[in-house]
Amino acid sequence: MTILRPLLVAMAAIFLAGCAKQKPGSEFVVKIGSVAPLTGPQSHLGKDNDNGVRLAADEINASGLVIGGKKAKIEILSEDDQADPRTATIVAQKLVDEGVNGVVGHFNSGTSIPASRIYSDAGIPQISPSATATTYTGQGFETTFRVVTNDRQQGAALAKFAMDTLHAKTVAVIDDRTAYGQGIADEFEKDAKADGAALVAHEFTSDHATDFTAILTSIKGKNPDLIFYGGMDAQAGPMMKQMRNLGMKMAFLGADGSKSPEFIKLAGTAAEGAYASAPGLPLDKMPGGKAFVEKFTAKYGKIQLYSPYSFDATMALVNAMKQAGSTDPARYLPVLSKIKMDGVTGPISFDSKGDIMHGAVTLYQVRNGSWTALP
Amino acid sequence: MDTFLQQLINGIVLGSIYSLVALGYTLVYGIMGLINFAHGDIVMVGAMVTLTVARLLADSGLPGPVILGIGVLTAIPACMAVGYLVERIAYRPLRNAPRLAPLITAIGVSILLQNLAMMIWGREYLSFPQIFPAQTMAVGGASISTIQFLIIVSSAIMMAGLSRLIRKTRLGNAMRATAQNPEIATLMGVHVNTIISITFVLGSALAAVAGMMVSAYYGIAHYDMGFILGLKAFTAAVLGGIGNIEGAMLGGLLLGIIESMGAGYLGTLTGGVMGSNYQDAFAFFVLILVLVFRPSGLLGERVGERP
Amino acid sequence: MKKTLKFAAYAAILAILPFATGLAFGKTWVRILDFALLYVMLALGLNIVVGFAGLLDLGYVAFFAVGAYCYALLASPHFGLHLPFWIILPIGAFAAGIFGMLLGAPTLRLRGDYLAIVTLGFGEIIRIFLNNLDTPYNITGGPQGIDLIDPIRLGSFSLNQPTSHTVYSYYFLFLLFALATAFVSMRLQHSRIGRAWAAIREDEIAAEAMGINTRNIKLLAFAMGASFGGLSGGLFAGFEGFVSPESFTLTESIMILSMVVLGGMGHIRGVIFGAILLSILPEALRYVGPLEQSLFGRIVVDPSSLRMLLFGLSLILVMLLRPAGLWPSPARKRELLAHGETAKHENANIYDAGR
Repeated sequence: MTILRPLLVAMAAIFLAGCAKQKPGSEFVVKIGSVAPLTGPQSHLGKDNDNGVRLAADEINASGLVIGGKKAKIEILSEDDQADPRTATIVAQKLVDEGVNGVVGHFNSGTSIPASRIYSDAGIPQISPSATATTYTGQGFETTFRVVTNDRQQGAALAKFAMDTLHAKTVAVIDDRTAYGQGIADEFEKDAKADGAALVAHEFTSDHATDFTAILTSIKGKNPDLIFYGGMDAQAGPMMKQMRNLGMKMAFLGADGSKSPEFIKLAGTAAEGAYASAPGLPLDKMPGGKAFVEKFTAKYGKIQLYSPYSFDATMALVNAMKQAGSTDPARYLPVLSKIKMDGVTGPISFDSKGDIMHGAVTLYQVRNGSWTALP
Repeated sequence: MDTFLQQLINGIVLGSIYSLVALGYTLVYGIMGLINFAHGDIVMVGAMVTLTVARLLADSGLPGPVILGIGVLTAIPACMAVGYLVERIAYRPLRNAPRLAPLITAIGVSILLQNLAMMIWGREYLSFPQIFPAQTMAVGGASISTIQFLIIVSSAIMMAGLSRLIRKTRLGNAMRATAQNPEIATLMGVHVNTIISITFVLGSALAAVAGMMVSAYYGIAHYDMGFILGLKAFTAAVLGGIGNIEGAMLGGLLLGIIESMGAGYLGTLTGGVMGSNYQDAFAFFVLILVLVFRPSGLLGERVGERP
Repeated sequence: MKKTLKFAAYAAILAILPFATGLAFGKTWVRILDFALLYVMLALGLNIVVGFAGLLDLGYVAFFAVGAYCYALLASPHFGLHLPFWIILPIGAFAAGIFGMLLGAPTLRLRGDYLAIVTLGFGEIIRIFLNNLDTPYNITGGPQGIDLIDPIRLGSFSLNQPTSHTVYSYYFLFLLFALATAFVSMRLQHSRIGRAWAAIREDEIAAEAMGINTRNIKLLAFAMGASFGGLSGGLFAGFEGFVSPESFTLTESIMILSMVVLGGMGHIRGVIFGAILLSILPEALRYVGPLEQSLFGRIVVDPSSLRMLLFGLSLILVMLLRPAGLWPSPARKRELLAHGETAKHENANIYDAGR
């Protein structure tokens, strides 16, 4: 009985709290969720995504938003999923509970996938600016979209580049055993082999590792023309450095996870000459690209990786709402699936699964300490 | 053969680092019977401090080794201070508590240190400035870089120095006496509390040097890097025989070589079924094997003999 | 009469709790409650190993993983099997129990600290295997995990429909299992086995001398504790619909251990309290961010750093001030206090080389 009383008090408190909760205001607010790892080793990329969303929201609000004849305002609800699948489902539920009209997120494939089930059950459209695993749109949900090319498209483009442009006949593949790294590495390997390359080694590391000397030495002994790394910049950078320290001169090719300023910082002078891909067209080739770069850098500093995509994702959601004349997910979802617009990363339209149509992939190389787009 | 030699060299370098960290573990365990889970995080502090100093001095025009020297001379007192505080505040009150309590506390200290580091230095991987030219010397068909060489040599020097300290000096005598039987040691005039603090601080100093090596060698430092390193170093200490200085050195070198070889050759050995993706599991496998078949370690435990 | 009234009151509170929480704070918190119940089961399982038998296990999450993957493999498109949950859950629990014995077997002779490290190693090894068993044959799905796991179904009634009530349905299912787990724990504690565990915990040599088969009893502790973990894992898989190795890290093991230790090792009520506290607190701290924003106009301390910082600090403080836990049983409190006879006796064992 000593516990019963405090328990009853707690129940009463919960009830009172529920009654005291504020009623929602009568302004027309459009809530868009933005989910990414805002803490942890990928936080610099997660924050970047979030900033892209905010830039879009600020721009839209500044120019005055009208949906269905009524004035509206966008409110961004940022959540941190810590790149952890379980946390991702909790924050997804949180956003659904708060009545978001749409979600830009998540950042990783490993978190976007479990979260997508929750959004799909609630009928809320979700556009990911960076999750590339093919499974994400392969689950048969109507609400999953992405503005970034998936692993299959990217892998094929990377393999083609390695074969045709770099003339690599033998390749070694390293992946970091995460959903993203393994996904892109496997696609690359498949396509490279189909194009006639010989795979000399497939080594593994992890997304916390700092020592790659053992696997690099092993690869050195097999002397491939090219090393492909599926994983993030935090490993790719040091790996590049250690490669050059071991006297390995072959080409280094990474995927979009490597193409960031962080890679160059971590690899130092060894970064020079590294190749990587990124989905979409280079920013300065797109009509709105230069303006975007200026606006973003003025407000948030250097663009890390996917902020142009999260920007486009936000724009896509709002444009669909405008066209449908409603923020109700049930009403604007069909419009979103058929949308055709121009984003800063390229033309945006989705195929039946939710993948971006005609997704372009651009190859870059580090020249003079920064990523330069290759023609 | 070249690859083999290179893997061996890589393994020896890795092993030297493990040895240094393992020494800290073994010293503390010998004298307190405590696995200091936070030891790896003290290494991390050393790495971060060295990196910060190196970054500040990178453009000053001083030669590489000097910058590194200043870095390590800053890191050592920093780590010693952290080690001392941790011992006084978190471990000393639990001197007589059952085994579980200091173990849990150590985990708590580890988490605390990691998060403080995260708040001070941020969450991203920090890069070590390029202060060493990437020179390599040829050894057989393999190559060894300047910094690899430095690590092996300085590790060896430090271990020799420590061994001498333990064996030949009064302080070393006092430490060994305390490890054997603190009560009798007190009767013999040893200030046990002071000796324990000194041991802790000494271990932390070694950790600082190990931290400097890690950040300079891999070129990065990160608030998360300490725990796993500490765990592997502890494995090394157990492998060699906990409480045993030579054991820690041997265990560290062996573990480094095993890991390096394992990562390099596991694929070939198992015909592609298991590859370098199991390299982390390797250290743990070794640990379990050792503890099952030879629990006192290769060179035997020396945690004080029964009177 | 008074007892029945008390019982009814508890039952009523537990039944209304999810709805009250949902109304007051939103469905997210009901979801958090669901996870809290899973953690209660995990903590109770670990409590058998650590609290009852005194064996420090730092790799407990491996059993959670085994149970979850068992469910995932037997009820998803991965192998095309779709067995009902009441068949899979016992299989998962059993498999986890086997793993528990596998873990226990080589560690029987080890002292406390070494046992801890070995169990930690096992936990990591299992995670690494789960992450990599997708070549040459795809067993575990590797880093991609296993997706589209069947929700838990009772006959034709799926707990995932209607979608607005999922969290409530699962609450009651988990509550049922949590209560059953607590009940079994209580019965075990007061049974012959429970007393044997207590004997080993306090003095293994004496227990052996009294004729207790320490080897079997220890293995039993590992097996039983692990099977609770496996059960909980299966429920988790059905609830989440997705499993991947990222959910089963060392940090999780430490978290569960902290729940047991902070709550009150060996004390069932304390352990439940610890589990609920440590499930809810991190989520509550999520709101510190906006709170700081409104109080100070900016984020002074990053909420997630704050969360882990406080966690580490609380571990240290509780060990220094209340080593028996925040809600210990009176008997264990005597045992675990620093000045106790038991502690001094145990410390003498530091100098036992090679036992």
